[in-house]
Amino acid sequence: MIKINQISKSYNENQAVKKISLKVNEGELFGLIGPDGAGKTTLMRILTTLLLPESGEAKMDGLDVVNDFKKIRHIVGYMPGRFSLYQDLSVEENLNFFATVFGTTVQENYDLIRDIYYQIEPFKNRRAGKLSGGMKQKLALSCALIHKPKILVLDEPTTGVDAVSRKEFWEMLKKLQKKGITILVSTPYMDEANLCDRVALIQKGELLNVDSPQRITEKFPRRIIQIRSDEMYRLINDLRAFEKAESVFAFGQFVHFTGINDDVETNELDIYLEKQNHNNIVVEEISPGIEDVFMSMQSNSK
Amino acid sequence: MIFGVPLLQMLVLVFAATFDMKKIDMVVVDKDLSETSREMIAKFDAIPFYNLEFAVPDETIGEEMLFSDEADAILVIPPNMERNLIRDDKAQVQLLVNAIDGNSAQLIYSYSSRIIGNFNKNMIAEWKGIPEFSPPGEVKISESYWYNTELDYHWFMAPGILAVLVTVIGMFMSGMNLVREKEIGTIEQLNVTPVKKYQFIIGKLVPFWLIALFDLAFGLLVAWLVFDLPVVGNLLVLFAFASVFLLGALGLGLFISTVSDTQQQVMFISFFFMMIFIMMGGIFTPVESMPHWAQTIDRANPMYYFMKIMRNVVLKGSGFIDLLEEFLSLLLLGVIFLSLAIWRYRKTT
Repeated sequence: MIKINQISKSYNENQAVKKISLKVNEGELFGLIGPDGAGKTTLMRILTTLLLPESGEAKMDGLDVVNDFKKIRHIVGYMPGRFSLYQDLSVEENLNFFATVFGTTVQENYDLIRDIYYQIEPFKNRRAGKLSGGMKQKLALSCALIHKPKILVLDEPTTGVDAVSRKEFWEMLKKLQKKGITILVSTPYMDEANLCDRVALIQKGELLNVDSPQRITEKFPRRIIQIRSDEMYRLINDLRAFEKAESVFAFGQFVHFTGINDDVETNELDIYLEKQNHNNIVVEEISPGIEDVFMSMQSNSK
Repeated sequence: MIFGVPLLQMLVLVFAATFDMKKIDMVVVDKDLSETSREMIAKFDAIPFYNLEFAVPDETIGEEMLFSDEADAILVIPPNMERNLIRDDKAQVQLLVNAIDGNSAQLIYSYSSRIIGNFNKNMIAEWKGIPEFSPPGEVKISESYWYNTELDYHWFMAPGILAVLVTVIGMFMSGMNLVREKEIGTIEQLNVTPVKKYQFIIGKLVPFWLIALFDLAFGLLVAWLVFDLPVVGNLLVLFAFASVFLLGALGLGLFISTVSDTQQQVMFISFFFMMIFIMMGGIFTPVESMPHWAQTIDRANPMYYFMKIMRNVVLKGSGFIDLLEEFLSLLLLGVIFLSLAIWRYRKTT
């Protein structure tokens, strides 16, 4: 559905996207995962015909992003990272406006947005600028869907949205996927990666890995040890001081530890930490998550 | 806002921007102190807008008053003026005028010399027994002021200021509006839609075009009510011209905003054009007296045509045919500016 072939783009000296090639299948929920400044937005803007690539080519449903940009605009729904609807128009006016611009009506495609729109319908006379973050995002999604696009491109849709709304939002995306829409979504949140069919890990304009989240973690060769104690900060410092430590990262309530050559055993750490007078120590080996993969790749590429 | 501000500007500016001399502070240095000198001074004193300052013994004090801006002019009557006049048949008086503002200096000079000239004529008549108003062999000029018979300066300024207001509203608002979409990012969402470039520009143009036309109507109404400004010409002709003019002005505003990224940039560039348009458009000074190169530049100044049209239609009652050249020029400028705006507006960066 989406074919990206050797796409590059730079702003002045700074190369934002470096020869990225990627394929997204029809009906797939595909995630672009990477930290801020990785080139996710640039890539999406090229795909939505808002930016011209420097080299390489990309096709959306067989249409070239440079030559067929007019046709692409009919089949792609785009939700920019920044809330880009008219803040001084009401919810309903925004929806009607975008329907009109796409030469359709709200009624015509109402069944597609019904699940999303009914949640904000009680506020349809409120100005878009006065909505909460979660509601703004639902409205933006409704507007991006109003012309029944084949491909939906969402740039960090869940940034700045509370946990409940984020969960709801991903459920909505799953439902849309079932209706046959190909979805390309970017996010800086690793936990959301697991919700995608396949993900591409991007770092500094380069593709690190493309696969399903399960495969990515399965193929990850390192052993991750999860550690907890009462004093988090001292724990991190002490672990970093441990001679066999390779990387130590805080993951919520736990610290994820990888040893040099993976030859550190859990009991070794237990003994070490007890010596450092830590209380309530928990040390266990876990299977790596996508975030571990990313952290490891990030430190390797540095 | 859109209506209140122009209304206020119109009232303030038209009243304030006037070249009419309402008050002349003149210092009289009378060193003669004769009957003739007093008679001459009385002539000045009789005119209400001359505010005379007497009892100044010599011109140096008068000059000081010029420096401190307390006086606009000094009339020096030298000693023995009356005697010289009777003995030699001629005498001199001196008129020193503060000419920082060349325009009012001219006016003060011509008013004053006319008063002295009249005084002179009366004196000759008195002495030689010749009837006052038929001096021998003199060509008399009879004046008749057309189109603005009472030389009401407000009538001259009101259409001009209205032209400026309409332009400012149209150009700034259309320009600001487009660039604001860039700033908030709404343009991003719009650019991925199949909206055509010309459709977008027209969508940005029409609302401000209507507002500006409405403001023009509103301003004319105010001018009529407050300054008693008559609209001699056909209103339909006036609005036809205004519509075409606004296409150009708004087109330029939109063009500026397509090349800018922030409202500050739009402000700065629009301001640059506005200053040139207004100052060279002939609101205060006639374009015909500008240097030749300036007049050439004015060919591309929509304000120049519109200012002319406003005054000619409102005061003179010129018709469409009389101003055909201006109409075609405005149309051409409108097409150029709008095409530039559409051409330069990019949906892709």
